[in-house]
Amino acid sequence: MSTFDIFLQQLVNGLLLGSFYSLIALGYSMVYGIIKLLNFAHGDIYMAGAFVGLIALSFVSGIVGAGWLGILISMVFSMIAVGLLGVLIQRAAYRPLLNAPRLSILITAIGVSLVLYNSVMVLTDGEFKAFTTDLGFAGVGLGNVHITYTQIILVLATAALMISLNLFISKTKYGKAMRAIALDKDACRLMGINVNKIIAITFFIGSALAAAAGIMAGVYYGSIHFFMGFVLGLKAFTAAVIGGIGSIPGAMIGGLVLGLLEAAGTQLPFIGSEWKDVFAFSILILLLVFKPTGILGKTETERM
Amino acid sequence: MSDVILRLQNLETHYGKIHALRGINLIVNEGQIVTILGSNGAGKSTALKTISGLVQASAGTVEFMGQDITKELPHNIVETGLIHVPEGRRIFRDLTVQENLDLGAYTLNDDVERRKRMHHVFDMFPILKERRKQDGGTLSGGEQQMLAIGRAMMVEPKLLLLDEPSMGLAPIIVQEIMKIIRTLNKEGTTILLVEQNAKMALKLADYGYVLETGELVMEGYGTELKEDESIVKAYLGA
Repeated sequence: MSTFDIFLQQLVNGLLLGSFYSLIALGYSMVYGIIKLLNFAHGDIYMAGAFVGLIALSFVSGIVGAGWLGILISMVFSMIAVGLLGVLIQRAAYRPLLNAPRLSILITAIGVSLVLYNSVMVLTDGEFKAFTTDLGFAGVGLGNVHITYTQIILVLATAALMISLNLFISKTKYGKAMRAIALDKDACRLMGINVNKIIAITFFIGSALAAAAGIMAGVYYGSIHFFMGFVLGLKAFTAAVIGGIGSIPGAMIGGLVLGLLEAAGTQLPFIGSEWKDVFAFSILILLLVFKPTGILGKTETERM
Repeated sequence: MSDVILRLQNLETHYGKIHALRGINLIVNEGQIVTILGSNGAGKSTALKTISGLVQASAGTVEFMGQDITKELPHNIVETGLIHVPEGRRIFRDLTVQENLDLGAYTLNDDVERRKRMHHVFDMFPILKERRKQDGGTLSGGEQQMLAIGRAMMVEPKLLLLDEPSMGLAPIIVQEIMKIIRTLNKEGTTILLVEQNAKMALKLADYGYVLETGELVMEGYGTELKEDESIVKAYLGA
């Protein structure tokens, strides 16, 4: 393979990986933006999304097959179900602690993470589950590089979700309220905004996006596992920090940047793909040293 | 005699162990401008926060248009037409002027009506129309105060609580804000104004109260208070 082939191949890999990171990073960033919580259970929400999607697919595949239509139906179902799960977790575990010291709610998030992945571990006997679909390996060839339709559709689906989210945030009144809550909750209350309701909507959207990423990862890799959310959650968190935590466009960019850098990192001399996690987290450390606010993050300024 | 729009009865508020309001009795009549004077820390802002629901009263009642709203949540109180413009303006700095105004009308589900009200705000504050695409944080202090008042006007409030609208503004801008408050009042909005700038407040107010360490120590018609020796001494700088 020529250098260009390798470049193209890694570009596709990086874009896909980056898409998953971005979708999950969005949930981290949105939640951090409005309640300043690093929701460490978010990676497990992504994992839950994959499992709910697999269960849904096993039902609908009997009727419409396990092609794109079946996957789409399962994805919508999983996004709604896991979105509601996110709201439930927020209501039961986080809301009572909103006025407690920051550390209490952070530890609670780690607890929620433990509950989620241990529950799924027990239910699945800790085994890998095959995510079987009818999708083949057909695709387009560019030189020596073969790009499957599945890869193309997954990247496009991610783009569609992100564009919808952007429209929601910038155009609708709930979206505007979400941005306003991140700035000043009391001022929002004085505009008649039900702050708790907007927080619940934020959790719903963040969790639904992670669920979408979970199913896409299942479709792409072909198997899912109860622990799949752990490292991916940390990576998505890294992506959110790279983009500037709290910033929605930042999460999208951060995910893609991290995915592409990781793919590029596998090609560095003396560094094989087994070092890719080291590579990703080194980027995080370097960033925290040189630009702690991330690519689009703002430094907090106070003005009377 | 006009109708009572707001009535506080024996209102008490605690912040932890601090007894911030110690049994306040206050009446605002419809169509009036009423002011609460007092020095820093007297409890003026706390009184407004207790009325708008941001802070819960520990005893006593807040009655708005005949309804007991003491225990209501702030976002429900907004729907009754009682709007609080807090101290320091609190506009959304990273949102545009237009988005700030849109959020002011959050409780309104009628797009046509919202656009109509926004036109009204722009008529009153042409500078906001000019800057409607700019982030709120880029406005000057006076413009931010206009935006804060404009945002409240989007609800067409029956009663407007204004907390220190003159704070940190140049005297010429204070004059302008005064004019705006008078216009709003003429358009039918009742106003409860909290001010450290007693000179400005008494020029506007029909009736005034003086708050000292959580207690009302004096009340009277604006003209009476302006002539009262102790007020002149304490707040107008004799």
